[in-house]
Amino acid sequence: MNKRKVRLEINGIQYEGEAEPRRLLSDFIREDLGLHGTHVGCEHGVCGACTIQWDGKAVRSCLALAVQANGARLRTVEGLAPNQDDLHPIQQAFTEMHALQCGFCTPGILMTAQALLRDNPQPSEAEIRDGLSGNLCRCTGYQNIVKAVLLAAEKLAQK
Amino acid sequence: MNYVGASIKRKEDDRLLRGSGRFVGDVKRPGMLHAAILRSSWPHGKLKRIDTEQARKCPGVVAIVTFADLGNVKPIPMRLAPRDDLIRALQKPLASDRVRYVGEPLAVVIAESRYQAEDALELIEVEIDELEAVVDARRAVEQGAPILHSAVPDNIAGHFVEKTGDVERALAGADIVLEEEFYIQRHSGVPLETRGLVAEYDEGQRLLTIWGATKVVHFNRAVLAGLLDMPPSQIRMIELENGGGYGIRGEFYPEDFLIPFIARSLRRPICWIEDRNEHLKSANHSREQWHKVRLGANKDGRIVAFDDVFLNVMGGYIRTHGSTVPTMTAAYLPGPYKWDNYRCDANCVLVNKTPAGTYRGPGRFGAAFVRERLMDMVAHKLGLDPGEVRLKNFIPTELMPYNTGTTAFGKPTIYDSADFHKQFHLALEKFNYYELQKQCEADRRAGRAIGIGFGCFVEKSGLGPWEYARVEIDRSGEVIVFTGAADLGQGIETVLSQVVADALPVDIERVRVVHGDTAQIPFGGGSYASRGTVVACNSAVVAAGEVRKKLLQLAAIALQADEKDLAIEKSCVMKKNTGASVSFSDLAKLADPATALPLGIKPGISGEGFFNPEHMVYPYGVHMALVEVDQETGFLTIHKYQIAYDIGRAINPMLVDGQLVGGMAQGLGGAMLEEFAYDGEGQLLSGSFMDYLLPSSMEVPPIDVVLTEDAPSPLNPLGVKGAGEGGTVGVGAALANAVCNALGGKVEIKRLPLTPERVREAVRAAQAAAGE
Amino acid sequence: MKPPAFDYHAPATLDEALTLASQLGPDAKFIAGGQSLMPMLNFRLLRPSHLIDLNGIAVLAYLRVEAGELQIGAMTRHREVELSPIVREGWPLISECMPFVAHVQIRNRGTLGGSISHADPAAELPAVMTALEAKFVLQSSRATRTVTANDFFVGTLTTAAEPEELLTEIRVPALPQSTGWAFDELSRRHGDFALAGAAALVLLTPQGRIEWARLAFTGLGERPARARRTEEALRGQVPTEDIVRAAAEHSISDLAPESDLHASADYRRDIAKVIARRTLLRAIERSRAALQ
Repeated sequence: MNKRKVRLEINGIQYEGEAEPRRLLSDFIREDLGLHGTHVGCEHGVCGACTIQWDGKAVRSCLALAVQANGARLRTVEGLAPNQDDLHPIQQAFTEMHALQCGFCTPGILMTAQALLRDNPQPSEAEIRDGLSGNLCRCTGYQNIVKAVLLAAEKLAQK
Repeated sequence: MNYVGASIKRKEDDRLLRGSGRFVGDVKRPGMLHAAILRSSWPHGKLKRIDTEQARKCPGVVAIVTFADLGNVKPIPMRLAPRDDLIRALQKPLASDRVRYVGEPLAVVIAESRYQAEDALELIEVEIDELEAVVDARRAVEQGAPILHSAVPDNIAGHFVEKTGDVERALAGADIVLEEEFYIQRHSGVPLETRGLVAEYDEGQRLLTIWGATKVVHFNRAVLAGLLDMPPSQIRMIELENGGGYGIRGEFYPEDFLIPFIARSLRRPICWIEDRNEHLKSANHSREQWHKVRLGANKDGRIVAFDDVFLNVMGGYIRTHGSTVPTMTAAYLPGPYKWDNYRCDANCVLVNKTPAGTYRGPGRFGAAFVRERLMDMVAHKLGLDPGEVRLKNFIPTELMPYNTGTTAFGKPTIYDSADFHKQFHLALEKFNYYELQKQCEADRRAGRAIGIGFGCFVEKSGLGPWEYARVEIDRSGEVIVFTGAADLGQGIETVLSQVVADALPVDIERVRVVHGDTAQIPFGGGSYASRGTVVACNSAVVAAGEVRKKLLQLAAIALQADEKDLAIEKSCVMKKNTGASVSFSDLAKLADPATALPLGIKPGISGEGFFNPEHMVYPYGVHMALVEVDQETGFLTIHKYQIAYDIGRAINPMLVDGQLVGGMAQGLGGAMLEEFAYDGEGQLLSGSFMDYLLPSSMEVPPIDVVLTEDAPSPLNPLGVKGAGEGGTVGVGAALANAVCNALGGKVEIKRLPLTPERVREAVRAAQAAAGE
Repeated sequence: MKPPAFDYHAPATLDEALTLASQLGPDAKFIAGGQSLMPMLNFRLLRPSHLIDLNGIAVLAYLRVEAGELQIGAMTRHREVELSPIVREGWPLISECMPFVAHVQIRNRGTLGGSISHADPAAELPAVMTALEAKFVLQSSRATRTVTANDFFVGTLTTAAEPEELLTEIRVPALPQSTGWAFDELSRRHGDFALAGAAALVLLTPQGRIEWARLAFTGLGERPARARRTEEALRGQVPTEDIVRAAAEHSISDLAPESDLHASADYRRDIAKVIARRTLLRAIERSRAALQ
């Protein structure tokens, strides 16, 4: 089918591309815009590996069409770290707590965690587990991820 | 600074956290085409015709490949635990005249995009004469069952027996005999990243490059070379980041032939990224077993005889793991117990399901379930405490090294070092077992169903064969470690860096690890069976030792000193008394051929090392769970979960902890949620993430880890054992035992998973038994 | 998997959307939050020729109270409803069920109208709306009509809406101040569709008897089911645990749950009674607390 122009802002940068209506936003971000940090684990809308932030809210990019994101403001994992040398406090907390192993789920979890902490800067462990329940991780068993989010909350509070 | 033993942050993390880790789905090659695979939706049938005419006309389609295009391709060979009898049921990369499972590859569409390739798939017409399918392995071995391979008329593709002592005599003389049957359901690793490959053939160089291989790239290169009839030197496999292996990723699958084959034929790079639906029905399944056990015990709780006949449910074909899974079960069923009379009759049974392979703790998750349930059943029968029964049966530490009498991979199973009694007591203490047990008893009298369960096990690790490492120092003083091990997310780069940084020594920041590229690494054993740390680290120590020698040799010349007066520190070699020093970087420059050759020195600073273990090394552990059962619904609440594990020696305790906790989550999935369910006709019911249920952060409880280093291995210089699988193998056992304990020992669970419905049935059975 | 090809329209107004729907015919589907529709497209279970995207029609998202009635625009995201103090104040049953609706990422994008129109037999909102005796406004380019929740849910993924009709507004009647509420559900994992779920509302008289009770199930049939017999059995009763337990036994008589790989019909029936009892008791407690 005929391609449409898609103009959107990702991590504060303007991007433009073309997509046929059925092209998934996850594929558009990765393949057409070259932002490979967002991963695809299922296309069922279950695993959460494709989680990005859309107007600040964590959403599954495999359940949106690229054409729907025309004019949208998105954030992906590439926008987290402030520069090449430093990590965002959340990323810092993740490495300190060994909250990642293979790293495939990590970008999606970071996006969810950042949005969670924005809405709830001092979450309890139960709230963190609940807030992360839509992101599957097959390596870590979640325990260290929860610890990392708690530590991230502390770090962000100190800033 | 001593890095070994410290919980160093991982080197891998920075790029993974930034999203700049490169996974196979991120590879783009100019002119790259995309593959989609047509897979059988019939479980069993005669393949009459595949008509691709309409599909070829689809926009974007470049080619469609069927079996006819593959020439005289041989079946994919076995990699581990091969057996002659299993050769009869190996798999070729595409179905030729038969289909034997839902998901079997029938054809490959190559198109400009994956979207278009999937469009074309729908237009391929397949004509199949359906045959009756068999999904229940018990039926498959009966007379009159549908036969999958004509060369295997009883559907038992492989059969062997492990035994020690005299089981029949011991059974006859036992005080009590239990006869029980058990079932462990079909489930598997299901990594978050599906499989994928990019293959590209450089016609001019005659070089075939494959990205996305992992685990055992050197072995797979040899297999591919054989199947493509090419010299291995014309194939380069490159490992990238990958989203979890757990035994599933990295084996040689049909696609590992198809994608490179097509790339070479079409002279275009081909990308294949499996989608989730495909993965669930085509990547290796695992775990499914039926056990029939006769156990003899004496009144004091000692097990005197254990006889098991089990069906290891394979699938439509035998894959690269050969008989690995049943071999593991047969070898490790005894676990930490001293069973002098043991017999295990293992059968590899073919059924019309996706073929099976190894998955974290292969054969041992099920073995632990069977063994540990029986330990509790013996306790209930004899009115003994389940902990006491175990203590009575543990192999005493004085008997180490202990030959269990079983064999695996052609070698005897000899536990190298262990103190099961000590660990068990420690675990009980840390768990606060005696206090909690009293509380549970009181709670049960008050009407709650709450109890404690154990899952004891011995794990195996450090599987041979050999591993290879090369350590080099370049002109900038950077230390590069080339390893034949593979990265599956477990932190191999970090632990290798720690080991080499200590061995030289050098600051860990200056160490870089290269893995998984057959062009850069001449030999590789790969990562599987929790061998990475054991074999890779020990080989790196050997290589580092060679580099030390070279450094000292060169420095002796540079500083005009005796080697014995020199010390290595801070990327320099220095003269101990005067402090005069020369940097690694300067030594590397000295070792440049221009300067080294006239001095009669071999140029470069590098050393190679192999570690070739004679035997495996055996970490061990015990899981303990405190579980409450909602008696109305069968839902479980895990109030407390502890894993005690002896690792021999931890290179990085934080990573060991991560492996155990992560492993437990997979074990929990296997114990409670995950199942590849099939209907009676051979259709896969759990073909999506809506139905194949992976545990989330809400299902996995907090887990306490009690890590000890009581029993370093005497079998390798570092004293290390592996950590990859111990978190998983004990979970089914511990949770099932806890549920039965919660129900007062009045019902015995013999089947996984512990679905709410099944648990509720158990509650009712227990209530009925109590009523009698 | 990737979706099959379709044509895509992004109308800016409701009229445009409805006109498109009537012009394009039954082969066109509306897409709201996409959280139910997109998986079906990705599995190629649905092959619409056209998608009419509602996300550009801002006027369809609102949340207000008009003459005591809660009016929610169909494009209002779940998450907004979940966090709304207005909803929590007057219709806490909705607030209580929201955390059971999948996961926060789904609720960030999924809409009330979308979920209700999708009519999954194990979804939470259809049962809650049925218990609340909500009404849905259906608009087409030709006409507007209102349908009760009870009439709206016809069967599995099937509603009373015609292909060119769009659900535009959800209207929930006011409830007496001291109405007690409870929602609960049993699922294999947190956020999964219900094996069995129940939405209960109970109003106690000042004397503490049950004036009326409403109980609606999800996951136990093709559509949300009101447990009329249970409701009748409870009317006028003193709300003891035994009475509630006995009434809950009746609750399953009109249910037709299916067996699937997760649970058998028998099991679902059994836990339906348990969930019914638990939600009724909690609703009773809350009504009692509200009366004090």
